[in-house]
Amino acid sequence: MSLILDKINYYYSKGTAFESKALKNISLTIPDGEFIGLIGHTGSGKSTLIQHMNGLIRADSGSIYYNGQDIYDKDFKMTELRRKVGLVFQYPEHQLFEATVIKDVLFGPTNMGMDKLKAELAAYGALKAVGIGEDLIDASPFELSGGQKRRVAIAGVLAMSPEILILDEPTAGLDPAGRTEILRLLKKIHEDNGITVILVSHSMEDVAEYAERLIVIDDGEIKYDDEPRKVFTHIDELRKTGLEIPECTELVGRLADLGLKVDRSCLTVDEAVASILQSTGY
Amino acid sequence: MLRDLTIGQYYPVESPIHRLDPRTKFLGTIIYVVSLFLFKSFWGFLLTGGFLVMVTVLARIPPKYVIKGMRPMLFLLLFMMIFNLLLTPGEVIGEWWIFSVTKEGIYAALFMGLRLAMLVLGSSLMTYTTTPNKLTAGMESVFGFLKIFKVPVHELAMMISIALRFIPILLEETNKIMKAQQARGADFETGGPIKRAKALIPILIPLFISSFRRAGELAEAMEARCYHGGEGRTKMKPLKYHIGDLVAYIVLAGLVAGCIFIP
Repeated sequence: MSLILDKINYYYSKGTAFESKALKNISLTIPDGEFIGLIGHTGSGKSTLIQHMNGLIRADSGSIYYNGQDIYDKDFKMTELRRKVGLVFQYPEHQLFEATVIKDVLFGPTNMGMDKLKAELAAYGALKAVGIGEDLIDASPFELSGGQKRRVAIAGVLAMSPEILILDEPTAGLDPAGRTEILRLLKKIHEDNGITVILVSHSMEDVAEYAERLIVIDDGEIKYDDEPRKVFTHIDELRKTGLEIPECTELVGRLADLGLKVDRSCLTVDEAVASILQSTGY
Repeated sequence: MLRDLTIGQYYPVESPIHRLDPRTKFLGTIIYVVSLFLFKSFWGFLLTGGFLVMVTVLARIPPKYVIKGMRPMLFLLLFMMIFNLLLTPGEVIGEWWIFSVTKEGIYAALFMGLRLAMLVLGSSLMTYTTTPNKLTAGMESVFGFLKIFKVPVHELAMMISIALRFIPILLEETNKIMKAQQARGADFETGGPIKRAKALIPILIPLFISSFRRAGELAEAMEARCYHGGEGRTKMKPLKYHIGDLVAYIVLAGLVAGCIFIP
């Protein structure tokens, strides 16, 4: 069970004055059960890349294999891939359209050909997983708060029981409390169901705490693909690509430059505090 | 499908036509359209066609892009040509069932078809080479005299410019929503007409909601900047005629004269 991208190339608006290369020779392996952060600043090609992963965009050259099957093969069932690789777009609440929350969540499973009972079970399960209470199930999705709408939209994809869940900037436009809530939720879904989560973001802070693996993409190319701690050691190069490292990592980095014996690879506030206290002997 | 809709979309390149004053281009388009209806022989198409090719080349717009923009008009064009072909009375050439093709019919179909095609090509050249903002400024200035009759010229121009500006945004939005629903297994390509029409609901509802939301946000942003309509409003970049506009008007005058005096 894995997704393999092999030398993917993609051009925007091929054959017009607006032509530009969006993805350059991207090769990636996404094994089972990882929590991956995909990072790049606006226009780096990250949204284009994830749309290749469930076949919404077709690469101009290169191949993609899902569980060993070529997804560009004529016999390959694209609907099956879209079920297994769930993609949550940016501002997913903008795609809600049904009269009630439960009906909207049922849209995906029903399209995938699940029978009524199975689809409803999946929908209730997904709503529970994102923390939408039963009192809201028959409410209109347009009456909910921004954060609730987004969780309903995520449930809409989750209800298809995907094996890989990709989220494009799931925290965009939310307040700090809403961000933490969504990120914790994803962590929990990842741990409870054992599914692979790919979190797309331009914010290092979001990803640092949760991802086990970090892929940095810049100008359509993969710059780094490693553990977050190792990626963050390339402070200057990251900055050149327009990315900021987490504030804590930056702080300990500067302290280390000043001669303090702290661990440069701290990612969270707690780690940084511990490291600074230890080095100063308190 | 939707991405191919190039009609009316600004094509950003640097060219003498792009640099022309929007009033020149707006009036020029009207003059061009009028001149299309001035001549009665096919020689007129040679003249107006030559003018069209010259402007397109000067504007540095790829012919492929222009032709692609015509595609949505093709149906209307064929429709009109077939009607003209079958329903014009005159010297009968061939008959089939209740229809008869006449010599005048063939002539009328070709004439109308060419005329309509050139009308669309010419007027879309204006929107290819003029940003919506400039176009509105130009229209407002050209129709400014109507203010005497209490016509809200500025407001109308603003509405048109907003509508034009929102075409690409709504197209992009439609694409995004389509993809998001496809990711949830929506299928727009297979099934009968009823199934296909039903498949549009998950696109249209979010699209409506988002246009209302955008309209609300835009209205709020305009109010926050104290927009209150056209009265007493000045321009940051007032329109100014340059030497190129004079040349353009001379060429246009030549076009009209040519169309009137052509055999």
